[in-house]
Amino acid sequence: MSDDQSAGADIQKSSDNVSATGGEETQPQAGSVNTPKHDGQDVGGLERSQELTPPPLPPRPRLEVNGRPPTTGAGSFRLSKRASRPQLLSQATTAVSLADVHTQSRADFSSNPSSPASRIVSRKHSLSHFGKFRGNSDSGGDDSASLRSYAPTLDARLDGESLLGDVPEQEATPAWRALSAQLEHDDPFDNVLPDLDLFSLQMQHEFDEVCAVDAEGTNEEQTLGTWKAKLKHFFILSASGKPIYSRHGDDQLISHYIGVAQTIVSFYQGADDPLRSFTAGGTRFVMLSKGPLNLVAVSRLGESEAQLRTQLESLYMQILSTLTLPSMEKMFSARPSTDLRRPLEGTDVLLDGLADGFTRGSPSTLLSALECLRLRKTHRQTINDTLLKVRAPNLLYGLIVAAGRLVSVVRPKKHSLHPGDLHLIFNMLFEAGSIKAGGGENWIPLCLPGFNNTGYLYMYVSFFSTSEGPTNGSDERPSSAGEDDELAVVLISPNKEGFYELRKMRDELVEQLQDNGCMNVIKTAVRKRHAACSDIIPGTALRHFLYKSRGNVQFTMPSFEPYYHGLAARRKLMNLYSSMHESIHLKTAHLKVQHCTAQDAAALAWETPLFELYCVAGPQATKASLAHGANRIVQWIRREEERVFIIGGAVF
Amino acid sequence: MAARMQQGGRPGGGGARFAQFKLVLLGESAVGKSSLVLRFVKDQFDDYRESTIGAAFLTQTIALDEQTTVKFEIWDTAGQERYKSLAPMYYRNANCAVVVYDITQASSLDKAKSWVKELQRQANENIVICLAGNKLDLVTEQPDKRAVTTADAEAYAQEANLLFFETSAKTSENVKELFTAIARKLPIEQASQGRGARGAAGRPGGVDLGSRQEPGAQGGASGCNC
Ligand SMILES: Nc1nc2c(ncn2[C@@H]2O[C@H](COP(=O)(O)OP(=O)(O)O)[C@@H](O)[C@H]2O)c(=O)[nH]1
Ligand SMILES: [Mg+2]
Repeated sequence: MSDDQSAGADIQKSSDNVSATGGEETQPQAGSVNTPKHDGQDVGGLERSQELTPPPLPPRPRLEVNGRPPTTGAGSFRLSKRASRPQLLSQATTAVSLADVHTQSRADFSSNPSSPASRIVSRKHSLSHFGKFRGNSDSGGDDSASLRSYAPTLDARLDGESLLGDVPEQEATPAWRALSAQLEHDDPFDNVLPDLDLFSLQMQHEFDEVCAVDAEGTNEEQTLGTWKAKLKHFFILSASGKPIYSRHGDDQLISHYIGVAQTIVSFYQGADDPLRSFTAGGTRFVMLSKGPLNLVAVSRLGESEAQLRTQLESLYMQILSTLTLPSMEKMFSARPSTDLRRPLEGTDVLLDGLADGFTRGSPSTLLSALECLRLRKTHRQTINDTLLKVRAPNLLYGLIVAAGRLVSVVRPKKHSLHPGDLHLIFNMLFEAGSIKAGGGENWIPLCLPGFNNTGYLYMYVSFFSTSEGPTNGSDERPSSAGEDDELAVVLISPNKEGFYELRKMRDELVEQLQDNGCMNVIKTAVRKRHAACSDIIPGTALRHFLYKSRGNVQFTMPSFEPYYHGLAARRKLMNLYSSMHESIHLKTAHLKVQHCTAQDAAALAWETPLFELYCVAGPQATKASLAHGANRIVQWIRREEERVFIIGGAVF
Repeated sequence: MAARMQQGGRPGGGGARFAQFKLVLLGESAVGKSSLVLRFVKDQFDDYRESTIGAAFLTQTIALDEQTTVKFEIWDTAGQERYKSLAPMYYRNANCAVVVYDITQASSLDKAKSWVKELQRQANENIVICLAGNKLDLVTEQPDKRAVTTADAEAYAQEANLLFFETSAKTSENVKELFTAIARKLPIEQASQGRGARGAAGRPGGVDLGSRQEPGAQGGASGCNC
């Protein structure tokens, strides 16, 4: 860890997960706030597989699982991208390494290559199921081929040219040949999502409550009909079959189905080869067994097994966040028939919030990354400095969050923030109404399983609205009125008596941010919302994109408007992104560009060790125009990187 | 907003009294604790409220008379079992407590009684406790919904030496009255004297006033000492 700590000592140094050990690319420039990230990348860095991207720092220093020195860079924000795929160890540390994940799934699946058990296989599997996505990623041989074919292009980029620049000429390059030789798949899931109209209707009612069956059962059929019409279900049951959570329908309604699920799960559990997933028609079932719990997802949204599994893991994280792992295990070992509903009382809203987020489709979940509020570098720096200045002695993490986007972070050098944990926090802040609506400040014990799944931390939350003028004085704590324009200060401490200390910090923070003008800067930035794609890249054919900076574990995107208006359109877009994401992560090879055409869109996915980029244009868009758009996004990011992403954050 | 009842200008002259007290709300989940607070602090009510996560902290100031201002620092706790062990943290230094039950749920009174017992055993010796039978509006509409009679609750309150109100956060019946009654029972004279110097020096809403000798360093920074 010492390696890491010394690297982290310079908070202003730019860093990149991938590049930190590469050599020349680190370009330490103490004092300068940043090192341009996309330049000077060493090929050595590129050879390192994504799979070797270092795990996030564990809460307590210890050797990395795979024995490699942590290469997380200096001021990097150090969110691990893998952390949201929780590895919930029963120990104090929860270092997550991708290697672990893969080893596990390989082991699970080794005996039966045709089982959908393995994440790897399931990816292939699901790719072929996503006929809308016509990627070039099916055969095993493809792997090396893609490495070979892309390598020259990379060099071109290193020379300062962009990978996809100058398209007509590149048509002759191996990369383009590979692109044009895409395989098309037969696709049982091709029509998973019905026409937009019908789908809109379904999505509209997806979150409606299923009313209870009345005493006489007269409305049972109708209720069951509504229930069955849901596109997505989540169930959580105990190993002994007790229902713990269902997104839709009450106990009475679901008991039958819970029973079936329990039977199926337990039937296979006896065997060495537990059932992990199956499909029936357009419906995919995924099971996840976690100690005393079984979690089941049933989706007609065309999601892959891996995606659903990640979602189930996130629900499991939420349960741990409420209970902690040891206390949950204790309950079940004391009484296997424990009814977990009681200890979880009141957290349905949190589970619902997560579940509905998955159903709507969230870029953040898909990419395991966070979105930040776009701010000028100097402003961000001032905010960071202010955070450091007013930091309470027992503070662990401090966040300023605006409208679901991160404004700034203060954290100890030793501790990264795990995206999975942040996701739980964001969900609590923005999906559950009680904190926002409470009109006060909040003091919330919670476990952040990515940080430490065995104990609680204490979170101070104070919301304020961005629509009003400056709040005056520490006594006024207006709560939010709007939904999208909320600003929250979140301060986390291990000290359960720390409320007043953190409250004082919050007061000082707000006061200073008001004095130095940053509060208004933040509020203005929040009110601005996302820029339209065409404002970012005038004249582009692109309608939307997701750009993830892998080193910063953050992403950025334009507004969904005007092309993706409404739940259903967004969900369709997210499905496209999901299938691209799935497909581009099939291989461990580095440079990947994939092009795909769907019914109503043409899209391009581009992955390098530095970033993942997914862009979508209308169905008529040519590869060339997609590539052109992609290049311009990359150029834009280069210019804007320090505005769009939090690089480093405030580290103490 | 929060400032609704804030005094325009605190009487500056002699004889003005300002005191600040810590108040904690306890009771079973869903009896209406948060709703009572929201009514008191913001004069609002939601028909659908999500349960409190953790605990919420709010402040409200009321004027008892021209000369006397009382500021409540209110801890609205979540009633769930799993937070039980945290309760002492909230009532430890409380000057007053509102223990709430739902008059349409008999079992919620039992829960309230056990909170009263715990407070009387563990909290401040002089703590002022008020029993609140909430959701009065429900029985006004449908008398047969009542599960706890006024007489029974009143008798219990008297015996246990509690203030007692039947309230409705929905219609705001008796809400202000309840908090005012508590304020009147509190030792304002002592508090405002004891606090006078500090209160004048610091910001009125400052965070360092009052009864919180929280041992800030107790847990230390030692990671997850839970
Ligand atoms: N009719 C009626 N409903 C109430 C009243 N107070 C609270 N409620 C409802 O009871 C539910 C629980 O209230 P809440 O304040 O969250 O209870 P808490 O868990 O004790 O904080 C909510 O749906 C409220 O709308 C009341 O005085 N009358
Ligand atoms: Mg409440």
